[in-house]
Amino acid sequence: MDQLLYASEVIVNGLMTGVMYSLVALGFVLIYKASGVFNYAQGVMALFAALTLVGIMQGQVPFAHLINAAFGTHLENFGWNVPALLAILLTAAVMVLLAIAIEKLVLQHLVGQEPIILFMATIGLAYFLEGLGDVMWGADVRTLDVGLPQGISETIETATNDWLGYGFFIDRLDIWATIIAAVLVAALVAFSQYTKQGRAMRAVADDHQAALSVGISLQFIWIMVWSIAGFVALVAGIMWGTKSGVQFSLSLIALKALPVLMLGGFTSIPGAIVGGLIIGVGEKLFEFIMSSPDLAGSWFGFTISATENWFAYVLALIFLVFRPQGLFGERIIERV
Amino acid sequence: MLDQTEGYTTADGRQIGPVLLDLRGITLRFGGVEAIKNISFDIRQGEIRAIIGPNGAGKSSMLNVISGFYVPQDGEVWFRGHKRGPMKPYEVARLGIARTFQNIALFDGMSVLDNIMTGRLNKMKSGFISQAIWWGRAEAEEIANREQVERIIDFLEIQNIRKTPVGRLPYGLKKRVELARALAAEPRLLLLDEPMAGMNVEEKEDMSRFILDVNDEFGTTIALIEHDMGVVMDLSDRVVVMDYGRKIGDGTPAEVRGNQEVIDAYLGVSHD
Repeated sequence: MDQLLYASEVIVNGLMTGVMYSLVALGFVLIYKASGVFNYAQGVMALFAALTLVGIMQGQVPFAHLINAAFGTHLENFGWNVPALLAILLTAAVMVLLAIAIEKLVLQHLVGQEPIILFMATIGLAYFLEGLGDVMWGADVRTLDVGLPQGISETIETATNDWLGYGFFIDRLDIWATIIAAVLVAALVAFSQYTKQGRAMRAVADDHQAALSVGISLQFIWIMVWSIAGFVALVAGIMWGTKSGVQFSLSLIALKALPVLMLGGFTSIPGAIVGGLIIGVGEKLFEFIMSSPDLAGSWFGFTISATENWFAYVLALIFLVFRPQGLFGERIIERV
Repeated sequence: MLDQTEGYTTADGRQIGPVLLDLRGITLRFGGVEAIKNISFDIRQGEIRAIIGPNGAGKSSMLNVISGFYVPQDGEVWFRGHKRGPMKPYEVARLGIARTFQNIALFDGMSVLDNIMTGRLNKMKSGFISQAIWWGRAEAEEIANREQVERIIDFLEIQNIRKTPVGRLPYGLKKRVELARALAAEPRLLLLDEPMAGMNVEEKEDMSRFILDVNDEFGTTIALIEHDMGVVMDLSDRVVVMDYGRKIGDGTPAEVRGNQEVIDAYLGVSHD
């Protein structure tokens, strides 16, 4: 009974972690759907958004180090603190500007190129953005606090304790992440299914020439999609930044999104969600079982730990062998 | 010669209006290759205009110039009495020039209905928030657009495949869906690039009938490229003949058929 309760707590926590993975994976799916490009820079975009947000909130002068070095000044702060909501809006605006710049400077010149060329361009973009974030805001680890509740939810702990005799430890930030992710996904699905911009977006993803012939501006759609992906990156950046601090390793969470996408399929928004949840639950549960002397210990005679580092990738590998298009991806049909 | 402003009456008694599209001295080069050499012709309101010629004559390039996919190095395009500046294809589409492609360009992942609905994207004016929550003006607009699309679906007799993903359709039906999408935009000028290529006799007859009906029922001006001479002669009011990027004939089907240069281009002529 106790083991079952532990296990269910592990599952709930896994679901919450999964939501965080899904948030990152969503950004990939959006861009992949609209332009057939795997955007390697998505993780760095989340980092860049989080850095910008912290910078704005603390009233930091962008490029302060550069300016100081060049002009011998001692700039650092404007001396004010921007309220979180306003800072989020400003950061969203920065992400839109970034999208416009990416379209003008990179994508526009690569129309009609092979996907691999575009992929290479996004790798370049990732390194550029990482450097830009560093130069603009500095390389220190920052804490991000936009006012989201954090820490163990006592309400849930007492409630479950009274009810089951075992208190569940659930982070309030995770609960909020789940709610925000749900709203975000609902909004994105409504947008892509029911609006003309959404329809145009799907059209562009499918065939550039045909989209042009019905009067869709590729430029506008790309800017729109990259802006949305930038916004999703901002949300992911806020969540991860709040959870583990804004630091350069944040861009590596993009790596965790890869197995999520392989599971869910690169083209499906629900796939990104389900994939994230499966990975989240899977790795937590696997770790719980394999490291427990009572479970793995008594079944196999040994225990292993730190499985969370590799579990997702092994699962993704298995999926690649048996279902390469993922759970929800478009079926790959080869015509002979 | 034809009157520039008034138009003419066809053999079957249809009234053709003034000039809709006027191409003046169009020259298009790809590097050193001249795909179109100083070609001028016009397309009049309400007529079916064919562009014919052997392979590589520059017919598709001509259509791409009209639809904005290619920008000519020289020459002017006049549409509805105004000179058109250099335009992107999507801007041309918004002027009311719809087209189909020789190699079919449909959205394979979408259903037939969704494909045709994309043709109406520029007819939708409501903001995206009201569309997303399906409210107010957006709802009325979507319904009006759906009705228009359903009319076209009925018209082209593709009711039974409305929900089918386009990727699964056979070639002939794809061509028809592409025509439907172009029609959904209610174009002033409809450009068809080989609408009957690769079709069997029965499909060709259907497509011919649809083209005539579209012209008749909606009064749509149509410019088409076609290889099948029989079809061209039956369908079109006037024909432009191209060969090696030059215009070698222009007139009614009967006039063109009697033109020695055209006969030479098609049958080949010995240069001895």
